[in-house]
Amino acid sequence: MTDSKYFTTTKKGEIFELKAELNSDKKEKKKEAVKKVIASMTVGKDVSALFPDVVNCMQTDNLELKKLVYLYLMNYAKSQPDMAIMAVNTFVKDCEDPNPLIRALAVRTMGCIRVDKITEYLCEPLRKCLKDEDPYVRKTAAVCVAKLHDINAQLVEDQGFLDTLKDLISDSNPMVVANAVAALSEIAESHPSSNLLDLNPQSINKLLTALNECTEWGQIFILDCLANYTPKDDREAQSICERVTPRLSHANSAVVLSAVKVLMKFMEMLSKDLDYYGTLLKKLAPPLVTLLSAEPELQYVALRNINLIVQKRPEILKHEMKVFFVKYNDPIYVKLEKLDIMIRLASQANIAQVLAELREYATEVDVDFVRKAVRAIGRCAIKVEQSAERCVSTLLDLIQTKVNYVVQEAIVVIKDIFRKYPNKYESVIATLCENLDSLDEPEARAAMIWIVGEYAERIDNADELLESFLEGFHDESTQVQLQLLTAIVKLFLKKPTETQELVQQVLSLATQDSDNPDLRDRGYIYWRLLSTDPVAAKEVVLAEKPLISEETDLIEPTLLDELICYIGTLASVYHKPPSAFVEGGRGVVHKSLPPRTASNESTESPEAPPAGAAPGEQPDVIPAQGDLLGDLLNLDLGPPVSGPPLAASSVQMGAVDLLGGGLDSLMGDEPEGIGDTNFGAPPAAAPAPARLGAPISSGLSDLFDLTSGVGTLSGSYVAPKAVWLPAMKAKGLEISGTFTRQVGSISMDLQLTNKALQVMTDFAIQFNRNSFGLAPAAPLQVHAPLSPNQTVEISLPLNTVGSVMKMEPLNNLQVAVKNSIDVFYFSTLYPLHILFVEDGKMDRQMFLATWKDIPNENEAQFQIRDCPLNAEAVSSKLQSSNVFTIAKRTVEGQDMLYQSLKLTNGIWVLAELRVQPGNPNLTDLELSLKCRAPEVSQHVYQAYETILKN
Amino acid sequence: MIHSLFLINSSGDIFLEKHWKSVVSRSVCDYFFEAQERATEAENVPPVIPTPHHYLLSVYRHKIFFVAVIQTEVPPLFVIEFLHRVVDTFQDYFGVCSEPVIKDNVVVVYEVLEEMLDNGFPLATESNILKELIKPPTILRTVVNTITGSTNVGDQLPTGQLSVVPWRRTGVKYTNNEAYFDVVEEIDAIMDKSGSTVTAEIQGVIDACVKLTGMPDLTLSFMNPRLLDDVSFHPCVRFKRWESERILSFIPPDGNFRLLSYHVSAQNLVAIPVYVKHSISFRDSSSLGRFEITVGPKQTMGKTIEGVTVTSQMPKGVLNMSLTPSQGTHTFDPVTKMLSWDVGKINPQKLPSLKGTLSLQAGASKPDENPTINLQFKIQQLAISGLKVNRLDMYGEKYKPFKGIKYMTKAGKFQVRT
Repeated sequence: MTDSKYFTTTKKGEIFELKAELNSDKKEKKKEAVKKVIASMTVGKDVSALFPDVVNCMQTDNLELKKLVYLYLMNYAKSQPDMAIMAVNTFVKDCEDPNPLIRALAVRTMGCIRVDKITEYLCEPLRKCLKDEDPYVRKTAAVCVAKLHDINAQLVEDQGFLDTLKDLISDSNPMVVANAVAALSEIAESHPSSNLLDLNPQSINKLLTALNECTEWGQIFILDCLANYTPKDDREAQSICERVTPRLSHANSAVVLSAVKVLMKFMEMLSKDLDYYGTLLKKLAPPLVTLLSAEPELQYVALRNINLIVQKRPEILKHEMKVFFVKYNDPIYVKLEKLDIMIRLASQANIAQVLAELREYATEVDVDFVRKAVRAIGRCAIKVEQSAERCVSTLLDLIQTKVNYVVQEAIVVIKDIFRKYPNKYESVIATLCENLDSLDEPEARAAMIWIVGEYAERIDNADELLESFLEGFHDESTQVQLQLLTAIVKLFLKKPTETQELVQQVLSLATQDSDNPDLRDRGYIYWRLLSTDPVAAKEVVLAEKPLISEETDLIEPTLLDELICYIGTLASVYHKPPSAFVEGGRGVVHKSLPPRTASNESTESPEAPPAGAAPGEQPDVIPAQGDLLGDLLNLDLGPPVSGPPLAASSVQMGAVDLLGGGLDSLMGDEPEGIGDTNFGAPPAAAPAPARLGAPISSGLSDLFDLTSGVGTLSGSYVAPKAVWLPAMKAKGLEISGTFTRQVGSISMDLQLTNKALQVMTDFAIQFNRNSFGLAPAAPLQVHAPLSPNQTVEISLPLNTVGSVMKMEPLNNLQVAVKNSIDVFYFSTLYPLHILFVEDGKMDRQMFLATWKDIPNENEAQFQIRDCPLNAEAVSSKLQSSNVFTIAKRTVEGQDMLYQSLKLTNGIWVLAELRVQPGNPNLTDLELSLKCRAPEVSQHVYQAYETILKN
Repeated sequence: MIHSLFLINSSGDIFLEKHWKSVVSRSVCDYFFEAQERATEAENVPPVIPTPHHYLLSVYRHKIFFVAVIQTEVPPLFVIEFLHRVVDTFQDYFGVCSEPVIKDNVVVVYEVLEEMLDNGFPLATESNILKELIKPPTILRTVVNTITGSTNVGDQLPTGQLSVVPWRRTGVKYTNNEAYFDVVEEIDAIMDKSGSTVTAEIQGVIDACVKLTGMPDLTLSFMNPRLLDDVSFHPCVRFKRWESERILSFIPPDGNFRLLSYHVSAQNLVAIPVYVKHSISFRDSSSLGRFEITVGPKQTMGKTIEGVTVTSQMPKGVLNMSLTPSQGTHTFDPVTKMLSWDVGKINPQKLPSLKGTLSLQAGASKPDENPTINLQFKIQQLAISGLKVNRLDMYGEKYKPFKGIKYMTKAGKFQVRT
């Protein structure tokens, strides 16, 4: 008598048979039939054809049958919306049932029937249930609001359900509170801007009270909600922490991790000198360790989060290294994560233990894990200097095992160790060379070749070794080819006498026989270097290399801070902010850690723009990333002015003596000079680099011309720099800037700051089409690579000859900036006065005529408030920004100024400005603007205001 | 929140699906199958798999994958914890959780799942409450239901749902009132070649079986509560009381439950009760190797070690083993290369040993990896951490309950490297 009997009817007329049974008079038979239908549904069979028959069974006193029918309805209502209406009456009736279980069941099921037509009927019963006397019904109804919102958000708002839901946060029953919070959080996710969860100290207090009494799942919802709150000062933060700490001892790991999130976030606000800070740090360790004794899936998520926590606050787990030791039957995904954390925690104090473990892992069965363990040894050597020697000898031991993949990994990491500690461990090279033949992976081959090239002078048969690689040059991967090319050039520079042939061979292989542009270009560069100036070549190729950084795989601090706010979420598993992977970017709000504040200071909202931002300019026009991207992606991101295309490489190879005397100096006193060596000339592929700079220099001379001509150096008003692109949105690149107009030329003054951990190079900039055709007049020139924490100031000359497209608002400029990391997009508003040209002074007669000519409906009136300036001051201030006063009239103690200005695209704007000097109560200026293109008036007014108030 | 759930057996068939929101096509599981193919073993399938529109979070238990589909940012631990809770509930309802059992009870399973989540939000996960809503199937009930036409579904709102003590139902009555507590400690340890401890920690739990009438309020105190600095409690435990007095004070759920779990990791506190002497050698020249292991007691506090089993995964190169145990029985599976030796009790006067030769693949080189030895054992009447219950008191009810406490130490993941 089991349910498996429901699966047995697989004959042809199954549906038919079921239909008959569903319409049977016998209750028992009906129920069995519905069970059969449900059973088919669970395995994915389509039984939607039975819809009317199943719905007919709904009117029953038998609760089990009712529930079964409901289950069926939820699954199929969507495919049969008209039929689903048939069920409405029963639902409405059930919502009035004296049994709260049935009331709740009805409202719950109704919410699951995702049919638009039903929602209208749902509103009234739902409203009643939200105010039901029984908390069980209320908590079910709370969730139902979220369901309804998912189907028809507008309806929920119109019916005021959101307010009722907010009221439920103050409900006397903690379970109801928890569900209301959960429902509101889910709704808020699709409405990132709406302030649904209005968190204030009172509501926080309610939540904290409910936290102690509701179910474990409710606790998760409440904790996640708390994490979004920013306490007003450190005292509030501490008191919340104190009330959250007991959750760390909960048996449910999700509760624990959510509590950890709240604590990690609010800790940021506490002063490190506080006793409580230390206590809290100590309290965090045990629960994190306990998470690791849970099931492997939980361990995995916990480990990914611990990885973040360890990077943010290493002190929490520094004594807990041993819990991360790997057990041989841990699943591979747990093993790899544990290994990562072990390295992060490695320090001088525990390095011996760690190394012993890693050595052990290197003999395990799982290849991926073994590889990572070997790499980990190398990372330890780089991280803990004192251990380097021991690490190297461990690696040598591993190489002796001759296990192929172990040897290859070991060689790759030894290369890194050489780069961190040059001239220290070269004695091991001999051992490495013994294993040359067994290397079959590109990365290992490339590493070995690099070692041979770098230490060519100490390896007697370096040329033979490299030559042996050269034989199969074309079958190698690009990585190996590039490395081989460089290594042979290094070798040649070190031992020029014996290796000429070899270097010629590799250069011609790279430049002539290869289709790979990277390889070809590198070949040409070496060739030209060697042929024009071998000393320079030596300086370039054998230049001292920067030491590799201690830990290359740390998460950038800005990203890390953001991820700490997402502990326990998917973002923390992927180590990416939700905006990077949540579908459609829906509901993504950047989170950041609260700033550390003392109790008496006021807390600035972390999202508030920095003080430098011009008020009213920045925040309102950040277009959705989507359309910005669409536009900008169509643009080519190269510098706008490019040299002539590279000449084809078919130029004949002249037999010119190119090495000439250069080599003598290179060879020093060596007896047999090789002055007669002939190198084929590299194909002439030189672009004219001077051309690239041309527009800038001409721009500059223009500037000087104008300066002398006009004789004013003041230039128009320059706003302070504002942050245009925060580092968080651009992988560590922060851009702030402003616009200037200096006697005839417009430029964009940029300040680029590298807040990432890596060096940035290859900057380029591009504008999207805009209303006035603003475009960069020269490429963005950042001369040196931008190292971490470095800032450069650049002035980018602009012209107005770019393509034109009307933007909304008019002065919106969308910019794309590229660097070696990625391409970033932002948009900004430029003040219109940068477009006021110098020859904007109109003739008086002309002014009068034009004023009359422009129809009155084009006139716009504005008020400039609180501007206590007299007519002269106004006039001179405006003049420096190219707004010219043509006439002045005094009427009844009021000065009327008549002014004109011209925009870069030839639009004239005429202005009448009324100033009331000597009247301290009337400091407002009245401005009337007339223009044939009235849409610019608003922006001209803004420009007036900006100029006059600064 | 949780959108859908798919149950998948080890051969890759979806045998049950349940949707809490709109229906998600089962083709979404293809991404899971891909990941499953990539992972060599079922245990190694990653628990979080991204797909273009959904995320798949899975747990693997009882040879079944429980795959949850989510669409928005949801705490993954929440989902995984919930999935484990689902498995626990099935086990509680049907005794075992396996594909045939789930198929046999598919309607109950479906009803239970519907009660556990509403729109992806957990609704009722306490087994006490679930059992009142949906009664677990028993043979007697099935017979009665068939005759009387009554159902498995409770038609009253469970009383515990909304009370201050949601884990306990009201109106509990027993003729024999009893409360049993089992202190069970598992030792997770890694020993290195030379027999010294690499890591050792104790995972302890106190499981309770409480059958008491009415609303009893219990307190449990320990002789040495300071041992417990890293604990996770059942929600019934009053945390404040523990913080201030180190006493467990609680109104227990009815029936079986885990009162607390704890973790002792400070190295010096962890006594290692057994040792393994081993000598395993693979000779390069001949295709034979030698194998010998001996198991003996170490710090046992005078108790006997029972139920000892030794298992070890031999390297692939080992073709067969011919071994003689001094006691117990042993098997070697030449296909999976798994050696297991059921030792039984350790007699300190005559230490059990297993000796013999192993034959290696002729011509193949010596295996690179050393086999790790896995140990299982039990020690009755001992909590290896030294934890001792001082007394158990009951308030709020007048009767005298029967009280009992049992200690036991077991091997958890106890590994010896060779």
